[in-house]
Amino acid sequence: MSKDVVADLKRDHISKLVAKGMRADGRKFDELRPLKIETNFIGSAEGSARVHLGNTEVVVGVKLILGEPFPDTPNTGVLTTNAELIPMASDTFEGGPPDQESIEVARVIDRGIREGHAVDMEKLCITPGKEVWIMFVDVHVLDYDGNLFDAANMGAVAAFNSAVVPAKRAGKGEDFPLPVMHQPISVTAVKIGGKLLVDPTHDEERVAEARLTVATIEDGNLCAMQKGLDGSFTMDEVFQVVDMSRRIGAEVRSKM
Amino acid sequence: MGGTPTDLKMIDENGRRLDGRLPNEMRPLKIEAGVLKRADGSAYVEWGLNKVMAAVYGPRECHPRHLQNPERALVQCHYNMASFSVDDRKRPGPDRRSHEISKIISEALTNVVFTEYFPRTSIDVYIEVLQANAGTRCAGLTAASVALADAGVPMRDLVASCAAGKVADTVVVDLAKEEDNFGQADIPVGYVPRTGEIVLLQMDGDLTQEQFNKGLHMALDACKNVYEVQRDALKRRYSARASDAELASEGEGGDKREVA
Repeated sequence: MSKDVVADLKRDHISKLVAKGMRADGRKFDELRPLKIETNFIGSAEGSARVHLGNTEVVVGVKLILGEPFPDTPNTGVLTTNAELIPMASDTFEGGPPDQESIEVARVIDRGIREGHAVDMEKLCITPGKEVWIMFVDVHVLDYDGNLFDAANMGAVAAFNSAVVPAKRAGKGEDFPLPVMHQPISVTAVKIGGKLLVDPTHDEERVAEARLTVATIEDGNLCAMQKGLDGSFTMDEVFQVVDMSRRIGAEVRSKM
Repeated sequence: MGGTPTDLKMIDENGRRLDGRLPNEMRPLKIEAGVLKRADGSAYVEWGLNKVMAAVYGPRECHPRHLQNPERALVQCHYNMASFSVDDRKRPGPDRRSHEISKIISEALTNVVFTEYFPRTSIDVYIEVLQANAGTRCAGLTAASVALADAGVPMRDLVASCAAGKVADTVVVDLAKEEDNFGQADIPVGYVPRTGEIVLLQMDGDLTQEQFNKGLHMALDACKNVYEVQRDALKRRYSARASDAELASEGEGGDKREVA
């Protein structure tokens, strides 16, 4: 109950700031929070990254194990993305099997890296139809201050860049770097009082009317999108978010 | 555990262990308090190759409600290993091992928390093992105590934790992964240095009574070292805060709070 009272005050405060062209943390509407990425953070993973996006903190681990391909894609490895919104990260997260929220996060990240061809999955095939590498991308959220989509996406891409396929351990020849093809970067914006704010904090997400995530690759092409929340966007607003995503995506990519 | 010594030489001619440590030597331990924003208290521990985060929420409303105790707070620990924390990917979610560890850590922490101050509430302690290399329950308990103190939960003392064990018939402290896998015994201990109480104790393997005596002594000595690192982490956290507060009040004699 008390949470809703605070949310009302916050809603008021944030909306008033937005009307004046300001944000609570002093950022511009189209400005990303400070981004810090530390790769190879987890020695027990084949690739990993610890990401701080403002106060949001996630750890992404990539594990590769041998397995069977799906019958309809006998020549490609298997990509499995999983997000754990553990109760450590927020008082609103609960333990237990993945809920709708963590499934959406996992699926949006999965779509970005799958459709953006972050990894050449065909190179993860060992014997067509028989044996391939199964790549697990596990997102572990430690501190939740909004915009999990982008923090986790950037963490996954950074983890791929540092990942090594453990072929030797599995008796399949020499280890080799994960065959990375593209760097799909997602950028999320929310709509508050008719304005578009990039990289929302947790408070901004709570008062947002609508949310749009757009992922782009190096040439500026789009590879994945997801609209969320019950509000709406006009066509112009969608194009604005696409523009911002392309610009910020290029900036983030240059730092990877 | 219990595996016969293989071709690995656990102790060399100079009495050094696989990673060059002496029998009574711990792995390097680093603790940082107050590292998460959303949690009421938190601590991050790097202990050898272990990387463990602990967070505390509460005292807060107790869920499920039938667990509420009208006289005391409930200390509920949730120990969890990240799927990428071990060599073979661990299936996400709790298993029997993590349930047991959660229970014994909850009990150890309940001993030091003034639970009678917060009837009907729950103090939730989350331990996330990000990278595991033997001794994660000790690292988790050590981190959890610092996180509780960081959350301002009133406690009689911190719980410091470390294990002893036996490898190649030698009693050693703080087993690393190979020693745990191929060693002969493991004794994790949780210790309250101020009162000298032992609040967590397990043992598996094979020990003579003498070896057990020696092991427990060594574990308690190691816990005392752990305790110093815990206290230092809290001091660093709060001296940083105190100097922030002084700057903010610009010498107006702003409020000074005891944190110990």
